[in-house]
Order: sequence, then structure tokens, then C-alpha cells
Amino acid sequence: MTLNYRNIALFAGMALLLVLEGASAKNAIFSGSWDTSLGILNVGLISAVLALGVNIQWGYAGLFNAGVVGFVAIGGLAPVLVAMPANPGAFSAGGIGLAAAFAAAVATVWLAILVNRRASLQVRLIAVPLILIGGFLLYRALFGPATTAIEAVNTAAAGNLGGLGLPVVLAWPVGAVFAAGAAWVVGKTALGLRSDYLAIATLGIGEIIVSVLRNEEWLARGVLNVNGIPRPWPVPREIDLQSSADFVARAASLGLDPVSASTLTVKLLYSALFLIVLLVLIWLTQKALSSPWGRMMRAIRDNETAAAAMGKNITRRHLQVFILGSAVCGLAGAMMITLDGQMTPGSYNPLRYTFLIWVMVIVGGSGNNFGSVLGAMLIWYLYTKAESWGPQLMAFVTSGMADGSAIKAHLLASAEQMRLLTMGLILLLVLRFSPRGLIPEK
Amino acid sequence: MDFLNAIVALLNFVIIPASAYGAQLALGALGVTLIYGILRFSNFAHGDTMAFGTAITILVTWGLQALGVSISPLPTALLALPFGILATAALVLGTDRAVYRFYRKKKSDPIILVMASVGVMFMMNGITRFVIGVRDIQFDDGVRFVINAREFRAATGLAEGLALRSTQVITLVTAVLVVWALFWFLGRTRTGKSMRAFSDNEDLALLSGINPERVVAVTWIIAAALATIAGTLFGLDKSFKAFNYFQLLLPIFAAAIVGGLGNPLGAIAGGFVIAFSEVAVTFDFRKVVAYLVPGDWTPDGPIQLLSTEYKFAVSFTILIIVLLFRPTGIFRGKST
Amino acid sequence: MSFLEAHNMTGGYGAADILHGCSLSVEKGQIAVIVGPNGAGKSTAMKAVFGMLKLRGGHVMLEGEDITQLSPQARVAKGMAFVPQTSNVFPSMTVEENLEMGAFLRRDNVAATMEQVYALFPILRDKRRQAAGELSGGQRQQVAVGRALMTVPKLLMLDEPTAGVSPIVMDELFDRIIEVARTGISILMVEQNARQALNIADMGYVLVQGSNRYTDTGEALLADPDVRRTFLGG
Repeated sequence: MTLNYRNIALFAGMALLLVLEGASAKNAIFSGSWDTSLGILNVGLISAVLALGVNIQWGYAGLFNAGVVGFVAIGGLAPVLVAMPANPGAFSAGGIGLAAAFAAAVATVWLAILVNRRASLQVRLIAVPLILIGGFLLYRALFGPATTAIEAVNTAAAGNLGGLGLPVVLAWPVGAVFAAGAAWVVGKTALGLRSDYLAIATLGIGEIIVSVLRNEEWLARGVLNVNGIPRPWPVPREIDLQSSADFVARAASLGLDPVSASTLTVKLLYSALFLIVLLVLIWLTQKALSSPWGRMMRAIRDNETAAAAMGKNITRRHLQVFILGSAVCGLAGAMMITLDGQMTPGSYNPLRYTFLIWVMVIVGGSGNNFGSVLGAMLIWYLYTKAESWGPQLMAFVTSGMADGSAIKAHLLASAEQMRLLTMGLILLLVLRFSPRGLIPEK
Repeated sequence: MDFLNAIVALLNFVIIPASAYGAQLALGALGVTLIYGILRFSNFAHGDTMAFGTAITILVTWGLQALGVSISPLPTALLALPFGILATAALVLGTDRAVYRFYRKKKSDPIILVMASVGVMFMMNGITRFVIGVRDIQFDDGVRFVINAREFRAATGLAEGLALRSTQVITLVTAVLVVWALFWFLGRTRTGKSMRAFSDNEDLALLSGINPERVVAVTWIIAAALATIAGTLFGLDKSFKAFNYFQLLLPIFAAAIVGGLGNPLGAIAGGFVIAFSEVAVTFDFRKVVAYLVPGDWTPDGPIQLLSTEYKFAVSFTILIIVLLFRPTGIFRGKST
Repeated sequence: MSFLEAHNMTGGYGAADILHGCSLSVEKGQIAVIVGPNGAGKSTAMKAVFGMLKLRGGHVMLEGEDITQLSPQARVAKGMAFVPQTSNVFPSMTVEENLEMGAFLRRDNVAATMEQVYALFPILRDKRRQAAGELSGGQRQQVAVGRALMTVPKLLMLDEPTAGVSPIVMDELFDRIIEVARTGISILMVEQNARQALNIADMGYVLVQGSNRYTDTGEALLADPDVRRTFLGG
């Protein structure tokens, strides 16, 4: 992106919104709380990373990923497995069985593929289903007792395998790798077919990953949630800051009480950390976009037939870009869980983690990395604020109605639903009247 | 006798529920496949169209109940259904006018239409929640059972009971009638044939003087009717919750693709393939096996391939298998 | 004045014109054939006559009426029918349904017209319950022509009707086309098989780079040594 005053003004406007959110007196529009403002900023930064991932897929290659939520969720698994302390005894209780079960699963698939390649048609038709069914039963026989054993260890507090106890920042690339693995499986099957098949297949894998996280208690405790995921260096815990006399003194010198000073410090450190990740990613994606590889990707997106005629293997390139984009989504998922400090599989809602990200990318300007970042910040800001604006607006609209009327009560209670409606409306309006978004791709 | 018990258990827990669910999926998939055949995109808003249609049907049902109108022993919702269909048809026609027509005229890439349908999905989802809320709603006020498990046991002397809920019978009967009407329409009427012609070869249809906007409008009306009927039957059989309808999108898409996108017959077959696989794979067969093998042979654990939480994985797996081996579906739909 | 007169047609798909002052005319009940090398704009000229291409210059007259501004659908209503070169049937519909769709705009009884089509192409009667997509190439062309005839057109336009069919089927198709012309329907057709096509043509147009190179009766063109050497391979 060249230094363009319009784009700088757009980002400055976004920053101004966040500053007003923090600095202004509490009014109908702004909360006047720096805590809220920084909270929006942090999730906004993670959303920006997510939007970059989706933009790599959609903007660079025109691939529709309708299962972003799944890649976010599988990335979110990484902090649990990497940073949580191990659950003592869990691995000896069921680790071997679990490993054997997965080995059986891999062996089954491998054997089935082998037979399918080598044997004659008649043998294949009977043998392959038999191998698959037999292998599946064997897997179940190994898997069931192992998970039951793991879930029995320290059930109340853990009941899962636990993690490796490593620094949580290490989990971020791991989350990206997890998501890349899932993307490979989906991409291998659904790419190279009609464009909507990928959308439907990703919709499926998204739901499946989320339901695995919800139900497999041995893995990440399912809906019991994993709490107390360690903080990344250098983010301290608020309680430690508050008990530090030095910190309290410094807070007092700035005219802040220790509690709010500590939460602000923590949030600011998170912001800094996320900002670094985001800037590195933007640098990388910009580099990639202007490289020969980026030009080729855009050439393929704009005219597949011509690109294929020039000898480009489109399905392979698409697979590559799909995996890269999903990996970025996985990274964002790991960052999100790190920020929350807990894993709550129940919160993975496709409307919030798939389709809202799409709104961000489209509004920002598909194909443009800076556009995606701006779109993410703006839409996340509006989405968060709509929670308080909606009821206020409804209160205003219904102010003329008699108190206690059923319609008024219904309208007031429905304010929350208007958020989805508004997001859909924004998406449709931008798609129609400004399909290139706020910051168009050149 | 044990053999009969096994059959009854199988009927009760697999065949009957899967048939009803299959009919609901088939009706949903028919809507998706028709839209695909005529408008050439996968409509992500179809689940929420079903939810909207059902929500309106429920509201009218409540209204009728308040007026004391009843068609007992049938659920009042059946009487409300036409109103739901009308409202939904009006909504989707309005949506087409406001959203899709623009991209159609511009001959946009199908994926842009898919994207637009996501926006429509959001809005319909919001409207539905606004209209009826997010609660779980039971609106079946008809007679609950055609065959009651206790009476069945008493009458036959079998140990295993057979329950046939009236909503299951209503689902199957309605589905048969609707499918018959649809195929009669597509195969026998001038408008229906023009729809098939349009789906087959759009340019030639234009050369033959077929009015594309009329075909599109009729398609939306039929899709709205199918969606409302499917959604209402699903809601009567289980319950109504807006989010569940969004989740139906995956099995419905799977059914349509398995059968071959754009192929109505395929959509019906696909619906039943998905439903039977889903129910059979997540059913614990221990009870059935226990009747068939000597007592001490019965395993202790459940004989179940997957737990019910993973029923979505079933439609997904079938979808993947079909995409890998026969991307045009069993009945050879459109591949491009 | 001829039945159909396309005068001085100029136009193309994008910025560059493909047709440069091309003129065609067809007399009532006669066969006019457009031949020429690849890329000469034969099919484009056809599309221009049928209104599938916006003209920058020139006009098209049918029975003395200027139809230059009409849409293809409106031209169908005026009595023109067009058989595209490819995708010219509804593959999943039966032969009979294909014919019915051809008569979509007609509100009167189409049974008699259908009988005439079946009389012209007897094989279609036997296959009338079969999906058009399952037929052989030659049979499919017959369905395509039959579909176009169902509107009872006054002018039938055929874009390479014999593309991809065997020589025997080609002769058969040409015979049928002559029969159609005898019923008083004018025919305008583009052909790759120039020699055979000029043989049955009352009027022939040799197009090169979007404009008329030779215009004469079919017989005269076949006899012209220049035409023979350049376009008919000696």
C-alpha cells in the first residue's frame, strides 16, 4: 500500500473512535472507560489476524472458507495442550491406550489405501469396507477404555491429559500447525471441485472440530472448560501487580487506583504483544503479495483458465493458500484463548467466528491486507458497541409507547437480535454498493 | 419371539425416526437443489428460511389456538402452514428483488451469490429471533401417538414396545404428498417444464422465449414452500429453536450434493441416505443384539459406532466420500 | 426487397469490431449459406442477425420491417428461430419436452406442428420419451432443428448444423433442410463443409475478416475458380 492520505485518515479515524471510547465522559455512544476501549482493541487485534487469514484465502485466491470457527477452535486447543500443567497420572492411565488407538486408526487408513491401490476390483469392494469397519471397531475398543481412564484421573479439577507446561507463546505457532493440518484434510478433498463445495465442506469441518472440543473431555475437558491458562511473558497477573508496593506507588503517582491500574497494564501489555504479531504478519503477507508467488495467486484468482493454460497447477496452489490462511486462523485462535485465559468450547459460535470475520474482510476490502485489518477493528468495535447501543436505541424508539405494553417489552427484549440483522445488512450493503470495500485492492 | 423383538426395536429406534428425519431433510434438500438448478448457487440462507417459515407458522398457530380453532387430532400448525408459506414466499421474493437480482443481471460469479446469501442468512436469523425469540418452543398440540409403546406391548405380548408418534406419520404423509405435487408440477405443467428447461440450458431457454424472471420467481416460491413445510415438520417432530435450523444446513447440503446438486430425485434419495446413516451410526445396537445372541454373549458396553454428539460428522463423512469418488453425486447432478 | 436483409453490419463483442460492413440477404423459401475461413466472423454475423450482438452500424430488416433494436426473444416472436452450434438441446428433458419448449411462446395447439416435425425426422418419434442428452450427435441436431421449427418460424437460422456428425448423417441433414425450405421457410446457415453446403444453397456468402468477399448463387460460387482455389481446396 502506498502512503495514501485517505487510508491513513481511515486508520486515524478508527484510532480516534477507540480514544474517544476511553477518554470521553460516559454518554450514549461512548462508555468513557479505557478498560472497555482496550478490551475492544485487544480482541480487535486478534480479529485483525483472523481477517488476514481469511483474506489470504478469499482475497488472494477467491476461496470461500465457511468453517473459520473450526480453525479458530483447533488453534485454541494449542494453549491447553502446550501451556497447561500436566494432569499427573493421566498419561500413565490412558496415554498408552490412546496412542495405540491412534496408531490403529492410522494403520487402518494406511492399509485401506494400500489395498485400494494394489488389489483387484472384486477384492477391493469387499476388503476395503471390511478393513475400515474392523479398524474402526479396534480403534473404538482401544480408545474407549483409555479415555475413561484419563477422565477418571483428578476428575473434579482436570480429568484430561493436561498439557506440557511450556510457555504459552509457544502454543501460538502450534495452533497454526493444528489448523494447517485440518486444512490439509479438507483442502485435499474439496479443492479442485466447484467453488461452493469448499464452502460446504469447510462448514462441515468447522462444526465437527467444535463438537470434538465440546465432547472429548479427556482432551480439553469439553464443556467443563479449562481455566487458568498461564499468561504469556511479559504479561503479569493483576493480583501480583496490586500486591507490588512499587506498582501501587507508581499508579498513585498517575492518579489511578491500584485495581484499575493493574487491569489497564495487563491489557496494554496484551495489546503490545498482539500488535507485534499483527505487524509481523502484515509485513509477511505484504511481502508475499508483491512477490512472484502473490502475482501468480492473483493471476489464478482473476482467470483460472488462462493460468491453467500457462501450466500453473491451480488445485495445488489453492491447497497451499488454503492451508496458509487456515494456519493464520489457528494462530488467532490460540491468541484468543491466551487472552481469555480459558478454553470454553461452548463459545465457538459460527456466526461470531466465521461469518462476522467475513463481514470484516468484505467491509475492509477483500484482497487488501490493510483493508482486512481496518475492517476487523471497525466491525469488532461496532459489534461490541451494538450490545449497548441496541437497547438504548430500542428504549428511544419505544419511549412513546405505554409502559408495560407487550409490544414494548418484546421490542426491548429483542434489541440483542438486531445485532445480527445489522451485520447482515452491512455485509449486503457493502457487497452491493462498495464491493471493493473501505480500502480497495489497488 | 426374540427375533421379532429385535425387529421391533430396530423399527422403533432406527427405521421410524430415520424415515421421518429423512423426509424432513429431503424436503430441505429439494429446496436447496432447486435454487441451485435455477439460480446456480448454494443458498446458505436456506436453514434460516426454514426457521423463518416455521416461526411464522408457530405465531399463526398461537393465534388460531387463541381463537379456539382446532383440527384435533391433527396439530393446529398444519392449518397455520399456508400462512407461513405465504409469509416466507413474500420474504424470499423480496430478498430476491433486493439482493440476488442485482448479481444475476450482472452475471456475477456464483461465489458472490453465496456470499450474498450469507448476508441474507444473518438478516433472516435476526428477523426470526426478533419475531419469536431464541427459546426452545414446543408447538405440537395434536394427539401424541398413533401407536403407543405400552399398548403395543399389551396387544402383541412382545417385550419390546413400538411407539409411532403422530408427528412422524404426519411428516411422512406430508412429504409424500409434497414430493408428488412437486414432481407433477415439474413434469406435467408448462411452468414446471420451463423451469427444468431453464435449469438444463439457460441460453436455449431464453431463445425459446422462456421468461427468466418468472422462472426465478416461481422457484423462490416453491423453495419457500418446501422450506416452511420442512421446517414445520422438523419443529413438530422435535422442537423449534432458531439455531438448530442453522445446524440443519450441513446435513441438507450433504443430502443435496450426495444426490447430485440440481437433481430433485437425487435430493430425496440423498436426504434418506444421510438420515439413515446418521441414525444408524449413532444408535446403540446393544438392545437389538441382545435379542439375537445368547444372553452371555451380549457385550457390556454400547455397540455404537459414534456417540450422538457426532451426528454431524456422519453427514460430513458421507459428503467427503461422495466428493472424493463421485463429485456429481449419485444421480449425476451438475458438476459445473 | 428480400425477406431478410442485413445491411452493412458493423460490430463486435468488445472494443474491436469483428464485423466490418457485412451484408446478407435471404429470399423467401430459399437457402442462404455463409462460408469462409476460421475466424471470418461467420457465427458472429449469425448472432448479429439474431440480435445477440449489439451492432455499431448497419441494420437488419425482416419483411421490410427494421428489427435492429429488437431483443432475440422479440425476434422469435417475429418469426425467427435460431439453432446454436453447441448446447442446442435441453439434455435432461425428453425429445417431446424439447419440442414443447420450442413452442413455449405459442398458446395454440402445437400437436400438428409436432406431427410435422416427427414426419420430417421420423427417428425422433421413436425416441420421443428418451432424454435428449442420451441421443447420438446427429439425432441431437435433429432435436435442435425440430425445437426451432416448433415456433413455426418464417426464417430458420442454423449455426453449423453438421458440426461433429458423420458424412452420411450430414447428407441426411442437408436433405431435411432442403425439405424445410420447400415448405416456404427461409434458411440462413453457417457451414464448415463449404462445398456440400454451397451445393444446396440458393445464395452463398463467402466471408473474410468480417466482410463479404464473394456473394453469388451457390452454383456460381462453386464454379468460380478463385473461390474454388482459395476456399474449397481446388
